Amino acid sequence: MKKKRGVRKGLIFSFFVIVAALGALIASNVLDHAEDISLGLDLQGGFEVLYEVHPIDGEQEITRDLLTDTVASLNARINVLGVSEPNVRIEGEDRIRVQLAGVSDQQTARELLSTQARLSFRDTDDNVMLDGSDLVEGGARQSFSETNQPIVTVTVRDANLFGDVTREIKDRPDNRLAIWLDWEEGDNFYDEIIKEDSKIVSAPTVHEVLPYRDIMITGNFTIESAQQLAGILNAGALPVELEEIYSNSVGASLGERAMEQAIFAGFIGIALIFAYMLFYYRFMGMIAVITLTAYIYIVLVIFNWMNAVLTLPGIAALILGVGMAVDANIITYERIKDELRSGKSTMSAFRAGGRRSLSTILDANITTILAAAVLFYFGTSAVQGFAVMLIVSILTSFLTAVFGTRLLLGLWVNSRVLNGKPRMFGVKESEIGEL
Amino acid sequence: MNFDHETTKLDFVKHRNKFFIFSGGLLLLGIILLATIGLNLGIDFRSGTTIDVLTEESATAEEIRSEFESIGLVPDDITLAGDQNEIGRAAFIGALNQEETLEIQRHFEEVYGNTPTVSTVTPIVGEELARNAIISVLIASIGIIIYVTIRFEFLYGISAIVALFHDALFILVVFSILQVEVNIPFIAAVLTIVGYSINDTIVTFDRIRENIKYEKRIKGFDDVARVVNKSLVQTLARSINTVLTVVFAAGALFIFGGEALRAFSLALVIGLVAGTYSSLFIAAQLWLVLKSKQLEKRKNRPVPNEA
Repeated sequence: MKKKRGVRKGLIFSFFVIVAALGALIASNVLDHAEDISLGLDLQGGFEVLYEVHPIDGEQEITRDLLTDTVASLNARINVLGVSEPNVRIEGEDRIRVQLAGVSDQQTARELLSTQARLSFRDTDDNVMLDGSDLVEGGARQSFSETNQPIVTVTVRDANLFGDVTREIKDRPDNRLAIWLDWEEGDNFYDEIIKEDSKIVSAPTVHEVLPYRDIMITGNFTIESAQQLAGILNAGALPVELEEIYSNSVGASLGERAMEQAIFAGFIGIALIFAYMLFYYRFMGMIAVITLTAYIYIVLVIFNWMNAVLTLPGIAALILGVGMAVDANIITYERIKDELRSGKSTMSAFRAGGRRSLSTILDANITTILAAAVLFYFGTSAVQGFAVMLIVSILTSFLTAVFGTRLLLGLWVNSRVLNGKPRMFGVKESEIGEL
Repeated sequence: MNFDHETTKLDFVKHRNKFFIFSGGLLLLGIILLATIGLNLGIDFRSGTTIDVLTEESATAEEIRSEFESIGLVPDDITLAGDQNEIGRAAFIGALNQEETLEIQRHFEEVYGNTPTVSTVTPIVGEELARNAIISVLIASIGIIIYVTIRFEFLYGISAIVALFHDALFILVVFSILQVEVNIPFIAAVLTIVGYSINDTIVTFDRIRENIKYEKRIKGFDDVARVVNKSLVQTLARSINTVLTVVFAAGALFIFGGEALRAFSLALVIGLVAGTYSSLFIAAQLWLVLKSKQLEKRKNRPVPNEA
């Protein structure tokens, strides 16, 4: 017979300290974290465009590098729009997908994205006088004219350049200087200038030589549109031409109430899981409820910290993650019960159960992570989002369900309070066999 | 629930052929259905027409829908856009003919004073996503077989993958029978099932592997069958509890999650149950058959030292 030793109350005390600390931490900032979560296009609405990339001229070849450059300048432009969480990706050989969640002014966004932003100064016969290569990079800015109209100012490399151009133009019969955005072969000044949505930003009349480095472009600007033009000029010209082949400008595709309903359903689902675990595993169920709460909280925090965008596939992965976290708990508890039934003491059943369940959980989780990693590596858009969420979920569930459970349950078991009380684990005395 | 393998008389192994026939029959029927009726593909996978209707002020999806219905057309999907939801985007599967297009334009000009824009869409995004998902799952399957072969043995890997495809196909078949509309979220649901199926199968196999180690001699079918049955009974409580809890989550989403998530959560519920079923009745039983065949071969191999 073993000598009956006293209860170690200190361990139970530490259990309550840990749980209280966790509770306080969650209560203090869970709402902030929940509000910070960025919702994807399907949950919040926004705007998505799929572009096919075409070479600007015949010699250009669409390579991976060229696509990467294009993505970089698209990202720079999206910054001009002030969208957080842009999602710009290369797809296939010659496609780029741009996703902007929560953009309201989609027409402007579209124009800003696909314009090549090649600024050129031409005479009325469409001969190039100056082009982008004569301008100082990053030198465009929005300012105001003498009459307080918003204008865009660009800077040329050399004051003589603009001086020469204006000297040449001023004595012509038609002494206008056309400032073009995205001039293309075949565009003609006289046709374009009368169009409503003209590529000619402005066509000032030149009366004198202007040997200045700063060129003021007065167009029909609002402050905002002037800022945007300056922004995309600074972001740089696109190295390619983008053709829109698919666009999706939507309110939340799942409807406005979808998110509220999904959250409500999520709470009910989690409440059911908690109730079941408490009913079936009794004391251990309580530990499961604590670790699962921690799991949900940690996933939320990591998700925010990654600046990830929550979409429907993400929610699917989260559900699978909850399932696997519960599963890890169940595997461990079933093992402990097995050991208790075989007649082991509470403490040795806890240790043996923990050890034996670990390899099962490890193999199951690694296999699933492996699958998720492959989905991430080879997948695109929604598939990738699912994979990221799944990997985060599995790692977190492993942490909380294995280490969290061991720590918390260990405190109780090692305190010896539970010795000789198999019912607390959901095991009846009659089930216990002889060792 | 307590399933003690000494006292419980559950015999999974005995009925394995029934399970094989059931699953095989269902899948065969499903493949026939998939090949003939096919899936009820939604707008994400079909080319179609979208019509942007600019209303005077904020519109609701119901309002737009009833306007379309008043001219005898039923949109397959309606989303709202614009700052004040003043744009209604109706999507139709398939192309609209000239007459319908004109009718739509005339009707909405009368109602809202604006001519709606009509454009055709191609299902590039949905199709590529589906193709991409399928290819990724195929590659993942190879990865799983390799990992399981290293940690367990090759036959476990094969059985796990068969179960995985069983489950993925199972949902497709159910959706083909029910003709529930399939859109992009469905892909996420299938991926979730694939993940769950692997997880569940590996847990079962892990117990078989452990019990095999305790056996002194594994000679033939009967020994393997005994171990498989014992392992399934031992893990039964876990299998049932796990599937119950995940079905709680998916089921709550199905019942309370709203119309938009219904097809998605239905796929989850069906797939999760199928995942558990296949781990118990397909993966483990298939492994049993393969393993005993392997043992049989070894036994029959002539051993030169014995004479």
